[in-house]
Amino acid sequence: MSAGLKFVQGNEACVEAALYAGLQFYAGYPITPSSEIAEHLAVRLPRVGGTFLQLEDEIASICAIIGASLTGCKVMTATSGPGFSLMQEGLGYAIMAEIPCVIVNVMRGGPSTGLPTCPSQGDICQARWGAHGDHAIIALTASTLQDVFEITVHAFNTAETYRTPVILLLDEVVGHMREKLVVPEAGAIATVDRLKTSLKLGMDYHPYLPREDGRLPMSDFGGQHRYNVTGLFHDMWGFPTQEPSMVHGLLRHLVDKIANNADSICRYKEYYLEDAHIVLISYGGSARSALHVVENRRVRGERLGLLELQTIWPFPYSVVESKCANARYIVVVEMNMGQVTRAVKRAVAHPDRVVLANRIDGVFITPTDIRNILRLIQGKGV
Amino acid sequence: MSSDSRQPRLPAPELLISGHSACQGCGASVAMRLALKALGEQTIVVLPACCWSIIAGAFPYTSLRVPVIHSAFEAAGAVASGVRAALDITGQKNVQVLGWSGDGGTFDIGLQSLSGAVERNENVLFVCYDNEGYMNTGIQRSSATPQYAWTTTTPEKYPKETPKKNMADIMAAHKIPYAATTSVAFPDDLIFKFKKAARIQGSRFIHILSPCPPGWRIPSDQSIKVTRMATQCNVFPIYEIEAGDNYYINIEPEGVPVRDYLKAQGRFSHLSAEAIEQIQRRVDFEWERLLHKAMMKRFGE
Repeated sequence: MSAGLKFVQGNEACVEAALYAGLQFYAGYPITPSSEIAEHLAVRLPRVGGTFLQLEDEIASICAIIGASLTGCKVMTATSGPGFSLMQEGLGYAIMAEIPCVIVNVMRGGPSTGLPTCPSQGDICQARWGAHGDHAIIALTASTLQDVFEITVHAFNTAETYRTPVILLLDEVVGHMREKLVVPEAGAIATVDRLKTSLKLGMDYHPYLPREDGRLPMSDFGGQHRYNVTGLFHDMWGFPTQEPSMVHGLLRHLVDKIANNADSICRYKEYYLEDAHIVLISYGGSARSALHVVENRRVRGERLGLLELQTIWPFPYSVVESKCANARYIVVVEMNMGQVTRAVKRAVAHPDRVVLANRIDGVFITPTDIRNILRLIQGKGV
Repeated sequence: MSSDSRQPRLPAPELLISGHSACQGCGASVAMRLALKALGEQTIVVLPACCWSIIAGAFPYTSLRVPVIHSAFEAAGAVASGVRAALDITGQKNVQVLGWSGDGGTFDIGLQSLSGAVERNENVLFVCYDNEGYMNTGIQRSSATPQYAWTTTTPEKYPKETPKKNMADIMAAHKIPYAATTSVAFPDDLIFKFKKAARIQGSRFIHILSPCPPGWRIPSDQSIKVTRMATQCNVFPIYEIEAGDNYYINIEPEGVPVRDYLKAQGRFSHLSAEAIEQIQRRVDFEWERLLHKAMMKRFGE
């Protein structure tokens, strides 16, 4: 797609951004409400010399992108709730083997088959802890199509920078919403290329030995250097080990490489927070309704502000704490039973001031729903 | 012959009631209606994600008068195995367990679970109603999609190069007591096979060709006619495999060229004459192969 003004769907914006970021290989399995990502890539990816594969299920989808990424391509898959559940083992493998990949989850109502065509934000905690074992994860989200584009590029950049899977949590409304998108010129948004080792053929390459800056240069699998890849705990060559100090060191590394870089991974937007008495915290599609309420109330002179999170994991504790320091109330707007609310309560000085404004019935949360909670807080009745 | 005797003699029970939410001309609804007429009301339906999970689903349009468990997509074989075990433990051996999946739930995501179940020879009747794609999510390809057919993930410019998987042979390779193909265009054959399968113990598999007017790009009033052509031109032969080895062809083809079948459907409208000729050769070859398998039985007798 050429640069310039477009009128597209959220899933299509994600596709265009992935191609902008250098996507070469996509593997996926049809599932509502993410299928349009596959459908567009089936047409678009071969045109740019990439490969689109439809696989037999989501387990295969994530495992195929792991294989392609390791062997030298930028990769992505897309799915929704049930498929994301099936992907958890592969996700853990990509974390352990430090293989960059982007996993889009266009969230629908759950658990199980749930509400295939309805919006939800119920997979926030699954994104954090769905894979077994201790680990760190990066999960991003966006509320407008312009942001979907930028955050998708950021997802690819982050995956390459930290050699880790990145989860892009869209929701059904954002995925299916149509609005304008300005596709930037090539180069207008920085893209991170894969960091490849400078070691020559035959030299002893250590795939799991971080440089001083913490990054791990890659070597296309099966290429110039021979090394081992495993989901077991492993040494710097990738060979399995149970040696306690190595196990301890690797797990610390997997967690610390993300925790120590949380500030540069973290993205958020803020509206009218300088003097806000009531801070709304929201993300994804819900943030659109929250922003509407804030702007509406500002016209009437009420001091409301909005903190829109774009990085969900690692959770931006310090940002939330500082932005909410002077708030009388903090209202978390989300379409689940309080998955981000829990993290916000851990972040702020006064957890008792944190209130949840949510909807969990498959209906997109409206400004009226948020307004009703605000009226209760303000003692005005509903 | 009186006019009455030419009317199809459908068994009485009407276990799929009208007012359901299938599309016009949907073969899946016809298949279920006929299958349940043959099996009767002592049937439990295990249904993974597929078009039928929508057709059977929303109250008050829920349409099945038998118990339905809508399982996870990949799990019909496993869930049916569990249901069967509990029925046997509680002494309800006369209840039929019907695993009813689309082609995605049979050929693709459900294959592992199905293969596991039939390898254990679970006493379950597994059915694939095959509309040759993921129609419920907007017409994506499956491994049941025919070679070169248009879908949203196999656009005309980047077609599906591989032929359709032969599911009946895969099931037969498990040496299960009974595997068969049938079609909603041949209701007498379909009912006969379900009645026969109901009397057999162990794993049984019936593969039903089931048209999807939106996915096949055909007018809804043509769906049965087009589906009948699939058998008349040997694209979808109708046969049985007993004990994994003994093949019986049930419907003689009528020598219709494959071109007529392909030309009737929008999903093949982009095919060149060469592509059609190639498909014809493949169909002829597969038919010869099937004849040989059926002949082997005769030699063995």
